Amino acid sequence: MALTKTEWLALEKKAHELRRLCLDTTFWAGSGHIGGGMSVMDMMTILYHKYLNIKVDDPNWEDRDRFILSKGHSGIAYAPVLVDKGFNDPEQLKTFNLTNSKMGIHLDSNKVIGVDASTGSLGHGLSIALGTALAARVLGKDYKTYCILGDGECDEGSNWEAAMSINAFKATNVISFVDRNKCMIDGRTEDVIPLEPFCDKWRSFGFHVIEVDGHNLNELSEAIDYALGEPDAPVMIVANTIKGAGIDFMEDDYHWHYGAIDEEKYELAKKSLDKYYEKRKARAEKEGI
Amino acid sequence: MAGGLTYTALESTELSTAEIYGQTLVELGREHKEIVGLSADLAGSTKIGVFGKEFPDRFFNVGIAEQNMFGIAAGMAKAGLVPFVSTFSIFAALRSADQIHTDICYQNVNAKIIATHSGTSFGQAGSTHHAICDMAVIRSMPNITLICPADGVETAEAVQAAYENFGPYYIRINRGFDRVLYGKDYGKEYKFEVGKAIEVNPGTDITVIACGSCVYQAYQAAKFLENADGLKVRVLDMHTIKPLDKEAVLKAIQDTRRIITVEDHTVIGGLGSAVAEVMAEAGKGCAFTRLGIQDKFAPIGLHEDIMSMLGIDCNGIINAVREAMNKDFEEDDDWDDEV
Repeated sequence: MALTKTEWLALEKKAHELRRLCLDTTFWAGSGHIGGGMSVMDMMTILYHKYLNIKVDDPNWEDRDRFILSKGHSGIAYAPVLVDKGFNDPEQLKTFNLTNSKMGIHLDSNKVIGVDASTGSLGHGLSIALGTALAARVLGKDYKTYCILGDGECDEGSNWEAAMSINAFKATNVISFVDRNKCMIDGRTEDVIPLEPFCDKWRSFGFHVIEVDGHNLNELSEAIDYALGEPDAPVMIVANTIKGAGIDFMEDDYHWHYGAIDEEKYELAKKSLDKYYEKRKARAEKEGI
Repeated sequence: MAGGLTYTALESTELSTAEIYGQTLVELGREHKEIVGLSADLAGSTKIGVFGKEFPDRFFNVGIAEQNMFGIAAGMAKAGLVPFVSTFSIFAALRSADQIHTDICYQNVNAKIIATHSGTSFGQAGSTHHAICDMAVIRSMPNITLICPADGVETAEAVQAAYENFGPYYIRINRGFDRVLYGKDYGKEYKFEVGKAIEVNPGTDITVIACGSCVYQAYQAAKFLENADGLKVRVLDMHTIKPLDKEAVLKAIQDTRRIITVEDHTVIGGLGSAVAEVMAEAGKGCAFTRLGIQDKFAPIGLHEDIMSMLGIDCNGIINAVREAMNKDFEEDDDWDDEV
């Protein structure tokens, strides 16, 4: 079901706040994986603010939905989401990546409240997600497991082992996403190791693939609703995104996989994000029902 | 016979070590519904398939995909299950080292790895299937307990201990039949405790510290040397490689001043290295020999033949003990005061 205009606008506001907090965190840390943080933020926003059945005052609630950020280097986006949600002390963002901080580039599930799995070595998250999903089956629970992969990460063969087994075990309680920003550290995905035809690859592994604009919250919402509607095959949502989305001098530039932010860039980025938010709001106003 | 055990599996010494593992897991599984099993197309070979037959809804064969399997196990453990994961040692420790390191050890989840066909026990398969580095790899990972049981009886004990204690476990067992050490002929009370070496044979002249199938060989060597040479050879079953029983090592240094380690594994990074670390840090002079695979790949053949060629069987140990008895070590008059 489509988002209502009110819901859409509220989510746009939250996504904007979280992009700003991700930028702030990058600035406080001096540098970070901000490009992929910006591309994944809409997915994380809608999951944490519309779909995930979690309890801030009981983070280890055994019936909670699970969220596995397989592209663990997007901790710079994940930490602000968890802090904003109330799981962790906001002051922790100011020491992100600093010595003795609880929060490093890749969030540690034993240190950061609300993190369901420590990820960072790529190609691990989908298997872990399948593990929590199969555990739900064994334990008779109906929670869902959401997992976000990076597109460059899909070079790792272990993802395809996981894909085969998700299909084999008919684990439709895993809802998967790829943040398809088409960039990786050394270049564009299609220049390093081509992934296309990417959606067909997932289809051939037995997934029902839904391709969406990963910066359109309404499209994301409709795709997730489909995945929650007891489909007969596991769902992979391929979210076409822009690396560095919202920060004009970073957008679609793989060099911003990881970058440093000085005072000048910080000010420029803030202005750009504000403009981006205005554009996004206008779209929600126009297209929302 | 083992004391305090209830496993019907142990009533039979006709089973291979892996079969005893399978039976033990089935019995644990009957009592504890949160136990699940995983294998990577080796359900039959590793004997975890016995568990799968009894509990098909709690058993997952992921196909030939070890990395995926250990990731799944980590997720299951995170969600409150106790996964027992079985494949060959070489694929567990090497193919999936990253998943064991990061998903299981770093997250410190309650997953149990029962790795079979360890050392050179799948001898005919050659070096692609010999696990000669697994202990070195696993031992270096934080949070994990590493056990190399001497026989089937000890395997059952180790598997039960792995269930009873929270955290990652890696238990390496052999392919096929092991000589039974702790069977009905053992003649002593047998008590297994994680991290505590078992003195299989008392002695004051020299200590042989062994693990896995080498413990039986060391015990036989000690009996022979007592009769033939009048030597009192202490034999320690160092089943737990990590955490190592440092006290037992220090006591052996103190009491016998001569130590030989024996393992079906490279001498780099396994039992011999672990013992050497304790010895070096203690600063005590000691005649010391590491028997094992001497930084080379092992030949192809039957396990017992390979053990003989590597000098980690009874004869090899006898020869090493005799040689070690002629080794000098640095005297230290103040030793007794320091220990």
